[in-house]
Amino acid sequence: MFRNFRLTCTALMMATVAAPLSAEVLRWSSQGDIVTFDPYAHTESFTASVIHHVYEPLVRRSETLSIEPALATSWEIVEPTRWRFTLREGVTFHNGNAFNADDVVTSIERLLHPDARARGNLSTVTGIEKVDDMTVDFLMAGPYPLLLNDLSGIFIMDKEWLEENDAVLPGNITTGVTSFASTNANGTGPFVLDSYQPDVGTIMSANPNWWDTPKHNLTSIEFRPITSDATRVAALLSGELDMIAPVPLQDIARLEASDGFSVIQEPALRLIFLGFNYRDELHAMPGQPNPLKDERVRKALWHAIDHDSLRDKIMRGKSRTVGILVAPPVPGYSAEADVPLPYDPKGAKALLAEAGFADGFSTKLDCPNDRYINDEQICVAVKAFWERIGLTVDLNTESRSTYFPKVDKGETDAYMLGWATLPAMDGFSVLRAILATRDGNSGGNNPNGLSDPRIDELNQLAAVELDEDKRRAMLTEALTIARDKAYFLPLHQQPVAWAIRDGVAVPQFPDEYVRLWFANVN
Amino acid sequence: MVGILISRLIQAITVMLTVTAIAFLMFRFVGDPVQLMSREDASVEEKEELRARLGLDQPVYVQYARFIGRVVQGDLGMSFRNQREVATLIAEKAPATLELVLIATTLSLLIGIPLGVYSALHPNGVLSRAIQGVSLVGISVPTFVTGILLILVFAVSFRLLPSFGRGQTVDLGWWTTGFLTWSGIKALILPGITLALYSLTLIMRLVRSEMIDILSTDYIRFARARGLPERYIIFRLALRNALLPVITVTGLQVGSLIAFAIVTETVFQWPGLGLLFMQAVIFVDIPVMTSYLLLVGLVFVTINTIVDLLYVVVDPRLRARAA
Repeated sequence: MFRNFRLTCTALMMATVAAPLSAEVLRWSSQGDIVTFDPYAHTESFTASVIHHVYEPLVRRSETLSIEPALATSWEIVEPTRWRFTLREGVTFHNGNAFNADDVVTSIERLLHPDARARGNLSTVTGIEKVDDMTVDFLMAGPYPLLLNDLSGIFIMDKEWLEENDAVLPGNITTGVTSFASTNANGTGPFVLDSYQPDVGTIMSANPNWWDTPKHNLTSIEFRPITSDATRVAALLSGELDMIAPVPLQDIARLEASDGFSVIQEPALRLIFLGFNYRDELHAMPGQPNPLKDERVRKALWHAIDHDSLRDKIMRGKSRTVGILVAPPVPGYSAEADVPLPYDPKGAKALLAEAGFADGFSTKLDCPNDRYINDEQICVAVKAFWERIGLTVDLNTESRSTYFPKVDKGETDAYMLGWATLPAMDGFSVLRAILATRDGNSGGNNPNGLSDPRIDELNQLAAVELDEDKRRAMLTEALTIARDKAYFLPLHQQPVAWAIRDGVAVPQFPDEYVRLWFANVN
Repeated sequence: MVGILISRLIQAITVMLTVTAIAFLMFRFVGDPVQLMSREDASVEEKEELRARLGLDQPVYVQYARFIGRVVQGDLGMSFRNQREVATLIAEKAPATLELVLIATTLSLLIGIPLGVYSALHPNGVLSRAIQGVSLVGISVPTFVTGILLILVFAVSFRLLPSFGRGQTVDLGWWTTGFLTWSGIKALILPGITLALYSLTLIMRLVRSEMIDILSTDYIRFARARGLPERYIIFRLALRNALLPVITVTGLQVGSLIAFAIVTETVFQWPGLGLLFMQAVIFVDIPVMTSYLLLVGLVFVTINTIVDLLYVVVDPRLRARAA
């Protein structure tokens, strides 16, 4: 309690002290709040993006999203299962402690602890060894090409700080251990955490001792979560905020028309597509063979979709129609395969007839109504497109909290899914989680019996291929097979839209992360 | 008195057991927390391990028994979402909700009773009719619409009041209050009015109809015949009697204001219990949801008990009977 009071006082003092020196404060809002400040206690990408202002990883994403050195300056593969990292000299944590190999070792061991909820983010690492004060070795179960991608999301904590505050072990629900680190933070990042009050706000100030040269001109950041869409937009218009991310799609036109505000948009990495049931029968037609196992039927369903009107009418021209399951910036993408089947209802009917379903068939279509942009409206349109070629579609939309468990149990015939390949930002994530047969570590999001031997083979090969060109070719091959056989029906790349007041300059990223260390206000 | 309290205690325990039991039966339809807690590309093994850790692989009755066992020991469990103790979360959020409810109740009594008395005294006056008309609107427009309208007018157009949050709060150690700063008071106005509107209308209409009934009773006529001052008749004799049902309704309203400030709190991003509950529902945060329902049950039983005790204070006849 006393500490909280002190924090409030500090924040007040900072506010009064900083005011005369032209305080460049950025006040922004989002729908969700940070769930915790403990980087290893959550798996949410939004929380990770906010924590990233305070904590830093060994390697980070640059302004073009390529991987660049951060707390590590260089690395080499000593042997396929041992990667050696050289750490950056002269970095200090916000409390003044020096950064060294012990901090990395303690952090990684804390993450690999069975109680750490995020330990799946570094699943291939089996251990870590200190070589000297500024060098560490990561030990792996086998050759693994995506270690850097994984490490770009693993934040490094301070060993001494964790020990002082009895937070070396991660928080644990089952034993009721609350970690000091869940509401406090001590990182090396461009901003220092001043206060964190759930549902109220998070306040950070610029770190004057940051090792890197700041590209931002901020003195502080105020983050205020606002759950209600209408209130969030109103708060921007009333001048209480400088930025909201994301903007509710229905408010984009209104904000663009208001003086003093603008909407910035960029296609996001997240692709929206429909998945199919590959079991012996459909839930909608028990006792009869499953038409969706026929490639011609799946292609007919694809030909039946009028992508242009989906984009123009429902997505207000803001989406990009796609033919492949990854976005252009993601490794594994291929422009040749990124071609949707054209809208052709006649051809679709002919394909159905060829497959022996001239009179159509019945299928269920399940969709979330609160997960992706305009998810429910898209599915209503898809139902209409499919009914036009003679299908009977039983559409069911529901909240994400009941929808995803249902999909996961395979209780659907056709269902909507969105995938952004995050946090790894690599096509392998699609191959492993969605395309590969469900078996142990593979196929976590392939609940409905899709199984293709060549894809499974590529999944095994790409997992251990350290030659980047060969690896990308394997990803592309798998994604192209999925496209050619219409295993999934890709719809579009959804947009990310933020609104800012005039005078704020902030770059947008397709992974939807907010990176305010690139922001400028005046 | 002691008898009343003991029977109320038993009642409270029964209510809370029932509420939580129903809640547990319903949770399976709310969704699967494991799905929301795992990484997007988590493998099946990873999810099953998490499920087992949380005890969610057990049958519902085992989960319920474990929950009751913990609650009896005073442990509400930990939030799935942010891995903090539920008791701490509730203690953090309760002041915001209670202050909001206090303001809303005060507003509805301070405005509702005088308006009710006025329109009872002048049942056919132009002002009374206007009040009746407006009150119909107040009772029928949904809270989120009123909230958003107030925000548009006072925050966006006139920029007079904040559109969200509690403003600057002062931490008293065990309580955070918005009453001590100017921005805190300003932040209370819009959500306070929004939350008060329904109970204000209710109280006004109740006072009006009670007063009209009482003003036509014999004892008021006799009082007038005795030449007692009008003020005395209206406020001491009539209003006092009219207030009995108002106390019950206010009591129940306070309960529902605490329990169902959810919409107002969500519209104004008011960091109270309602917002906590809303987010728990979205995230299928079972420990937070059950604890909240437990708390709401307790609040209702407590308020009912207080109302019964207040009756004794206000109505001398009950006092005589008890003695």
